[in-house]
Amino acid sequence: MADSAARQAPSRRSRNGTRLRAFAAELGEDVPGLIGFLVLVGIVAMAIFAPLLAPHDPAAQSVLARLAPPAWLPRGNPAHLLGTDALGRDVLSRIIWGARATLLVGVAVVLLSGTFGVIVGLVAGYVGGRTDSILMRLVDIQVSFPGILLILLIVSIVGPSLTTIVVVLALTNWMIYARIVRGTVMSVRAAPYVEAAEIVGCGPARIILRHILPNLVSPLLTVAILEFTNVVLAEAAISFLGLGVQPPATSWGLDVASGRDYVYVAWWLVTFPGLAIAITVLSINLFANWVRVTTDPREREKRFGWSKTARRLAGRS
Amino acid sequence: MAAFLLRRLIQGGLVVLGVTFTVFVVTRIFGNPVDLMLPLSASPEQRAAFASELGLDRPLPVQFVQFAGELLRFDFGESTWQRRPAMEVVLERLPNSLLLIGAGLGLAIVLSLPAGILAAQRPGGILDRIVTGLSLVGLSMPQFWVGLLLIVLFAVTIPLLPTSGMGSPAHLVLPAVTLALVPFARLTLLVRSQMMEELNKPYIRTALARGLPHRRVLVGHALRNALIPFLTLAGWELVLALAGYTVVVETVFAWPGMGLVAIQALQRGDLFLVQAIVYVVAVLIVLVNILLDLVFKLVDPRIGLG
Repeated sequence: MADSAARQAPSRRSRNGTRLRAFAAELGEDVPGLIGFLVLVGIVAMAIFAPLLAPHDPAAQSVLARLAPPAWLPRGNPAHLLGTDALGRDVLSRIIWGARATLLVGVAVVLLSGTFGVIVGLVAGYVGGRTDSILMRLVDIQVSFPGILLILLIVSIVGPSLTTIVVVLALTNWMIYARIVRGTVMSVRAAPYVEAAEIVGCGPARIILRHILPNLVSPLLTVAILEFTNVVLAEAAISFLGLGVQPPATSWGLDVASGRDYVYVAWWLVTFPGLAIAITVLSINLFANWVRVTTDPREREKRFGWSKTARRLAGRS
Repeated sequence: MAAFLLRRLIQGGLVVLGVTFTVFVVTRIFGNPVDLMLPLSASPEQRAAFASELGLDRPLPVQFVQFAGELLRFDFGESTWQRRPAMEVVLERLPNSLLLIGAGLGLAIVLSLPAGILAAQRPGGILDRIVTGLSLVGLSMPQFWVGLLLIVLFAVTIPLLPTSGMGSPAHLVLPAVTLALVPFARLTLLVRSQMMEELNKPYIRTALARGLPHRRVLVGHALRNALIPFLTLAGWELVLALAGYTVVVETVFAWPGMGLVAIQALQRGDLFLVQAIVYVVAVLIVLVNILLDLVFKLVDPRIGLG
């Protein structure tokens, strides 16, 4: 299949254009993956253009308009599509602004922990020996730490804020990257082309960056996307417990927490911010599923099954 | 066997030491226990007396040795909130958490096996799509939100089940279902993909060709081989439940377990109680991990203990 695709690829089109088209074509085959990707793009746009999109100031309070139900219900106010909270703040506007905290924490934590984990994994896998066993023992130890509990303790002592959450989540999520990178580096290091590069006289930096790192892109991408969902859920849980994003800042988890006291009288206060979290995580999961299946040949085989793959091959060639 | 256990115990000891060190650094260097535990109105003399009572005026290494020694003896000091030994509070609440975790994870394990096996029968079929879709949705919902939605549903719409506290078996239903959802989804997806992989292997075809009943091949051959990854993930879910799920689920349903106490103690600045909970959970996680290794050995004779 890869062969026929390569043969079909027209030589005059630029390589990047072909890749983009291949990406779109592959994504089009997987409807849930495509939906996930599009929703995700929508959420990112929502976060970036929050000031333009939000119908109200997310912090503007109005005692008169408090606890208004969603617009389509009786007593609903058309100006507040998803209703208002106990302080009369517009739920929809808060959800739109809340996307910023969620995405910001997710991206920052994945970048920080990913960088740190990749460095540890590269060093452990490349240097090997005692350094490797010490670093990996450290990973083993930290993996067995009581996650959320320890995070809550640290955050409550250092003082809850956006920065604290990012740092603490980054410090507790780097291990998986280190493990994956180390495994890949160890297997790639023994490959003939790396040995050849060493014989030619390439330094360690060049070997790591030019010869080893490209092999890590695909597994790291999948893990990073899945970790992103874990971080989003963790931030929501911590904010829900009152130790994450602090008012007056907005966060979906925080909004669910503040709606909790009104759960019997105003169901929309917990429902919609939580729904925003669930939709975000679900679309990332769908997209990640597609990335995993497309980049891992074993998954491709499992997914399509022998017969279907065979049929596709027969139909294409 | 003895050597294996010894090695695992040493590793577990390192984990506990690591947790102890982290808690020490966080509480003594980033935070000041005196500020946390005494009210703002306390006089400087009171602060100094409290600090010397806790040994906080001594050098840090001395403090650490003292701190670690106390934890090793499970002596966590007196809870400032409940005015009794912190360990007493933990031991009182621990069974409630274990009951909740047992019910939730038990539910997840019992349901995920048939769901995953059925989905793997026809990859891409309707049943497979439903099971996979629902699992992905289950994985994507924050637990606290699921809990609150269940409360809205069962307290407002159909008042059938109690939504907070503990007492009758009915009180257990909603918290257990909430806690079960994420492990169920992850385990189901794993069973499904493992079974699909196993069912593609030649030995399955051979077994079927020999005329063995389909069900026996499924359970006796394929499932048996899929069991190790399943147990690994189930063990991981148990660890996550001990250290995370309980905090969230117990908070939502006011279930009087360790997680709820941890949050309440954090809100009241009851450092000793929080330390005790973190430490006990760390020890439990180490024990669970060692136990799991032993179970693996029982299930799969290929795994050595060397």
